[in-house]
Amino acid sequence: MQMEQLYQEIILDHYRTPHHAGLRDGDAEVHHVNPTCGDEVTLRVRLEGTGPDAVVGDVSYDAVGCSISQASTSVLTDLVIGKPLPEAFTVLGEFNTMVTSRGAVTGDEDVLGDGIAFAGVAKYPARVKCALLGWMAFKDATAQISDRQDSAHTQTGAQR
Amino acid sequence: MMIGEATDTAPEQPGAARLPLDAIRADFPILERTVRDGKALVYLDSGATSQRPVTVIDAEQEFITTANAAVHRGAHQLSEEATDAYEGARARIAAFVGASRPEEVVFTKNATEAINLVAYSLSNATFADPAVQPGAARFRLGPGDEVVITEMEHHANLVPWQELCRRTGATLKWFGVTDDFRLDLADLDEVITPRTKVVAFTHQSNVLGTVNPVHVLVAAAQKVGALTVLDACQSVPHQAVDIAALGVDFAAFSGHKMLGPSGIGVLVGRYELLEQMPPFITGGSMISQVFMDRTTYAAPPARFEAGVPMTSQAVGLGAAVDYLSDLGMKVVADHEHELTGLALDKLSALGGVRIVGPSDLTDRGGAVSFVVDGVHAHDVGQLLDDEGVEVRVGHHCAWPLHRRFGIAATVRASFYLYNTPDEIDALVAAVRKCQEFFGVAPAVGAARGA
Repeated sequence: MQMEQLYQEIILDHYRTPHHAGLRDGDAEVHHVNPTCGDEVTLRVRLEGTGPDAVVGDVSYDAVGCSISQASTSVLTDLVIGKPLPEAFTVLGEFNTMVTSRGAVTGDEDVLGDGIAFAGVAKYPARVKCALLGWMAFKDATAQISDRQDSAHTQTGAQR
Repeated sequence: MMIGEATDTAPEQPGAARLPLDAIRADFPILERTVRDGKALVYLDSGATSQRPVTVIDAEQEFITTANAAVHRGAHQLSEEATDAYEGARARIAAFVGASRPEEVVFTKNATEAINLVAYSLSNATFADPAVQPGAARFRLGPGDEVVITEMEHHANLVPWQELCRRTGATLKWFGVTDDFRLDLADLDEVITPRTKVVAFTHQSNVLGTVNPVHVLVAAAQKVGALTVLDACQSVPHQAVDIAALGVDFAAFSGHKMLGPSGIGVLVGRYELLEQMPPFITGGSMISQVFMDRTTYAAPPARFEAGVPMTSQAVGLGAAVDYLSDLGMKVVADHEHELTGLALDKLSALGGVRIVGPSDLTDRGGAVSFVVDGVHAHDVGQLLDDEGVEVRVGHHCAWPLHRRFGIAATVRASFYLYNTPDEIDALVAAVRKCQEFFGVAPAVGAARGA
């Protein structure tokens, strides 16, 4: 039975009691779906500060989905809230590498914390999208905020 | 091994003609393999794609190794033999589904393309030059016209009609689904009206298993002169279907769901309609005459088969039809009916399992979709897979239908002629194990009927 390796207690705990769930104020909201299964997440990100100095102020979400996608989004919020944005993206990159590695990369617990529980997902290609649903939503939302800040800067510059 | 050699199947079950299950299973080499660390394969996903018997595999190999050539081209012997094999398959497939003549069978890439062929031909008719294609006028669509579908359609019989309406300005309407998973025809005369030009609907829902009353919809469509398009993907593989008797104008089905290869689908169309319809894909083979500034079209079915067609796939599908014909579709349907009944009873008796589809066997096929309370369908599928039980999870390309019932995803077990009552027990045991794993198993005795 490999199911205990896939569905580690940490994952089931996050699934039953998701952290930072619910929608709160944010600077951007995105809605991501997994078109193969219909899982959905609405996710908001609030940043404190701008540019390379930005810190992830909050990540809030409303999600419908399987245990893997729900737990993974919960773990994401634990890992990135309060982190400087570049550091949050390092975590995102590490998580992405691990779950898409087909099991070759086990993940660094110092970087990923509870996130290493998802190493088992990498062996089930059909579930990788589930594990990444919230993470890709986070990436998209922060990109939208950054784009808006960039264009605001450009406009400010043009007015000078 | 020939079908019918073995006689030792289920001796405890009385009845008339039954499927020789052991012999049938021996015809499907893939059923012998194991999955996930040595678990016996319990393949319950034939609604997505079916497995292929050796006769189909051999027919393709035989064709490739002895007669492979481009059909309807060249005057050499191989081309003649390839063309005979291709057209021979067409004739057998036509007879199998009750088409009035072989020329009513058009080969396509899959059933999705078959439906798109009709939808695009209608929009091509809308923009046709009346001087060049006078027959196209009757297929024209525009603002004020209506296309009717149903809420239980597979995306393949939904999106092409949305797009056709978008291109032509016609309006898309649909029949809803009742709480007991049947087509809601209460306001039939308000949905199908003199403005209706097309009525497209599924014969059997790929999610619910519901078999729709084709005659009711055909009668309503004919009364107002609308074309009918039947998605027969889930019916042709599983029951005797006589398209001429059903009275539909078009029917689409796919090879890979009926023991045949992937890469081939079929559109059956009434010949007098096909004859008037503009082509969908154009190029070689579909022409009558080509000049630098214009082209005239070949007669159907060639008009709708541009380019070198799939040939070994057609031969393989012909062999699949032979296999099914030898068994008899009545026997196949009866077998699946029995499996469906077992699955409905045993899954319901577990407790904490809700069937998304009719709970009785009347007008119901062998797709059994369900949700397990407290466990997402993806997680159920994962646990079942770990037991070797292969099912489909998700919305099964019928997202609006799932939305209708407020469900994000379901688990679907679907059966075919090679499945056994023991495999239903394996499914039920795996669902129970899944409930235990996620700590949602109802107490024994709490289940329905206990």
